[in-house]
Amino acid sequence: MTAMSEPPADAATITRDQVRHLADLARIDLDDAELDHLAPQLSVILESVASISEVAADDIPPTSHPIPVTNVFRDDEVRPSLSAEQALAAAPAVEGQRFAVPRILGDEQ
Amino acid sequence: MTTALPLVQRSAADLSTVLATGETTSVELTRAFLDRIDAVDGSVHAFLHVDADGALAAAASSDARRAGGELLSRLDGVPIAVKDVLATEGTPTTCGSRILEGWIPPYDATVVARLRAAGLPILGKTNMDEFAMGSSTEHSAYGPTHNPWDLDRIPGGSGGGSAAAVAAFMAPLAIGTDTGGSIRQPGAVTGTVGVKPTYGGVSRYGLVAMANSLDQAGPVTRTVLDAALLHEVIGGHDPLDSTSIYEPLPLLEESARAGATGELDGVRVGVVTELGGEGYQPGVQQRFDEAVELLVKAGADIVQVSCPHFVHALAAYYLVMPSEASSNLARFDAMRYGLRVLPDGVEAPSAEEVMRATRDQGFGDEVKRRIIIGTYALSSGYYDAYYGQAQKVRTLISRDFEQAFEQVDVLVSPTSPTTAFRLGEKLDDPLAMYLNDIATIPANLAGVPGISVPAGLAEEDGLPVGFQVLAPALADDRVYRVGAALESLLQQQWGGPLINPERLAVS
Repeated sequence: MTAMSEPPADAATITRDQVRHLADLARIDLDDAELDHLAPQLSVILESVASISEVAADDIPPTSHPIPVTNVFRDDEVRPSLSAEQALAAAPAVEGQRFAVPRILGDEQ
Repeated sequence: MTTALPLVQRSAADLSTVLATGETTSVELTRAFLDRIDAVDGSVHAFLHVDADGALAAAASSDARRAGGELLSRLDGVPIAVKDVLATEGTPTTCGSRILEGWIPPYDATVVARLRAAGLPILGKTNMDEFAMGSSTEHSAYGPTHNPWDLDRIPGGSGGGSAAAVAAFMAPLAIGTDTGGSIRQPGAVTGTVGVKPTYGGVSRYGLVAMANSLDQAGPVTRTVLDAALLHEVIGGHDPLDSTSIYEPLPLLEESARAGATGELDGVRVGVVTELGGEGYQPGVQQRFDEAVELLVKAGADIVQVSCPHFVHALAAYYLVMPSEASSNLARFDAMRYGLRVLPDGVEAPSAEEVMRATRDQGFGDEVKRRIIIGTYALSSGYYDAYYGQAQKVRTLISRDFEQAFEQVDVLVSPTSPTTAFRLGEKLDDPLAMYLNDIATIPANLAGVPGISVPAGLAEEDGLPVGFQVLAPALADDRVYRVGAALESLLQQQWGGPLINPERLAVS
């Protein structure tokens, strides 16, 4: 969880800057035109769901899965799985038997 | 009665019979559907990929098995279409997204593996809203699917491709997935049958996740019996899905056959007060009310049931679903498979810059909206007010169902508040689009099974109306019994199925 700049009191609206920040957290580049287009729509959606905070009393337990299943285990058996070639077949770039990725550290790191 | 119909218009149950009698072969049958796809899919665009060679090879194997007297299942040799959100080894799986363009999965989803193991040739992959996010199929990166009843209208979504393929006789059977109504609402607006099984009743292994706690694969067909037959092929416990339930499937085919007698003596049916009336198109409400009257004549006891928290279902859904989706779609990171876009004008971009550029280009507007809403709802300071509260409302909705099912065996409502709207009409008004799921969402939040069966055509626009039946978790057999009874009583009135080629915009 990453802290947002605005407190929940303002929760019913979402600013352009907040959308930019959220897109940043979600690793999506949004240009100005996209921000102009999406930010007002997101405000409308959030306003429509804001009423949710007043519905349930504190003692209502949350539901994360509708049909809870507990202690799901299966035997630890060796089964056929993908070969390295199969796993790498759809990779954008491959080096040897590995996924090749762009650099993961910046100059300052 | 139906034996005079051309092959492509027959039910899967019928086709299974004519294959058994030797009246046709699986290859001939598969060719007939491929020809039909060639003839009409240019106008409908139900398919993203047609696998003619694969389907014909599977059909030839089926014919060989039949000659040897060793069938894999009752539906051996009957072709099927699969929504493009299920992984199919060796054939493209895009989820309607650019980010997976050209991806060829190295494995089969369990549902797909079970279809192959039962001998059903797979005709191809059907169009859908990107990552199953939408109610119109307009959010597909590959262009919308058109409703076979009126090509200017939406086929529903997200599984509009599967519903349109079945409605336009391009496949007798299809697989859909339903997170908030994506099997049932397309069924309603195309005059077809769609079933969302109990959550955990059909494996999610290999189903590309939008919202894990809501997603469920199920049958898309033209008859209730066909849906039951298909459900029995794909359902049941799967050790590869940790949310798969252990209980054996109830007797679905038997229930559909029992329902088809039109007898519902003593069955208690609850009409959900909150899912009707204001906000529902008059022609939709009218066909629904008439269908309820038919159930009364069939011997059912009808009562009004209130589920007071259903009015909050849409808000809870549009927090839970995007929260799960924002987390699930983090896997599309341009590193191991799928699209990789290098940002313009950046020398030696970092992995993070590549991710940002890729996700911007690879995802459409609706996916971005949901990822951002989900990221917001899960962020610190908002989590309790939004996601936490939505999960509590989910509990209240499940309790509404529990209390209702103490009084009645099934609940009924219109499947969708309107008939098919026009393409483009709600594309830039996300909230209006979301409202189309208002009657289907409660079942996903509570995990209970539901069916949509055709209830006739709305008077004002002549377009199909869907009738929804919901049952308690694990009692999927009840939706088949009541659904089949209604189907049979309505078809007696109509003198045949609702869908016939003369009524469609593609002939």
